[in-house]
Amino acid sequence: MTNRTGREAINMERRKALKTGGGIGLMALFGALGLLQPGKAFAEWNKTAFSSKSMDEALAALGVTTPESSEAIKLTVPEIAENGAVVPVTVVSTIPDVEQISILVDKNPNVLAANFTFPQGTEGMVTTRVKMGQTANVVALVKADGKFYRVAREVKVTAGGCGG
Amino acid sequence: MGNPMKIRAAVKDGVTEVKVLMQHDMETGLRKEADGTLVPAWFITEVKAQHQGRTVLEAQYGQSISKNPYLLFRFKGGAVGEKVTVSWTDNKGDTRTDEAAIAA
Repeated sequence: MTNRTGREAINMERRKALKTGGGIGLMALFGALGLLQPGKAFAEWNKTAFSSKSMDEALAALGVTTPESSEAIKLTVPEIAENGAVVPVTVVSTIPDVEQISILVDKNPNVLAANFTFPQGTEGMVTTRVKMGQTANVVALVKADGKFYRVAREVKVTAGGCGG
Repeated sequence: MGNPMKIRAAVKDGVTEVKVLMQHDMETGLRKEADGTLVPAWFITEVKAQHQGRTVLEAQYGQSISKNPYLLFRFKGGAVGEKVTVSWTDNKGDTRTDEAAIAA
């Protein structure tokens, strides 16, 4: 029981921080909670990126500044999703030496959906399924040869994915 | 221990295609029960796929990945009968590892 109230208190704090402090407040809060761990191993789950509430925040947390739009990335999503809880997403990059593919949904409470890392010999493509709370843009971010590329497509959601 | 994954791996023209269906609730932490209490976040955070001990894909997931996550990827190499191993870890520290033999 004590545990639960503790967690609720944290949630309230976080909400307050979000409301008042915006990005900086949130970062400071995470820092205070010891959740922000710069210099951690690469494979470590990127808490900051996955907690991002906006596209800019997520891109910053992923270390991306201005990704180039690229025709060389093919992003396949349905135009209309009848069920926002299960939206298939396929990203295929014809750019060689893909190191990383990230999938983001710009209007979801947590913008970053997944981050895939490709060792040499693995093709620069991936298929997954994401939840979408509402009509939004699905963004694929591809890192190849140290550079970032992005492509976005809108998916119209007729039933939300957050109600379960 | 989570529920078993379904893994299918098949090699064609020197490229192995791997399809994985994980079984996990993937709670966002935003959904409410009928009585209004929040269902705590519970989701897979990390996925790793290996072929004969070599990592062929690593993934980090957030709350936006659908329930019972599906994953498809391809890597160069692989021969019929060789093993592909997939493991995941969730935010509660639970893990699951399954393997499948590559088919033709």
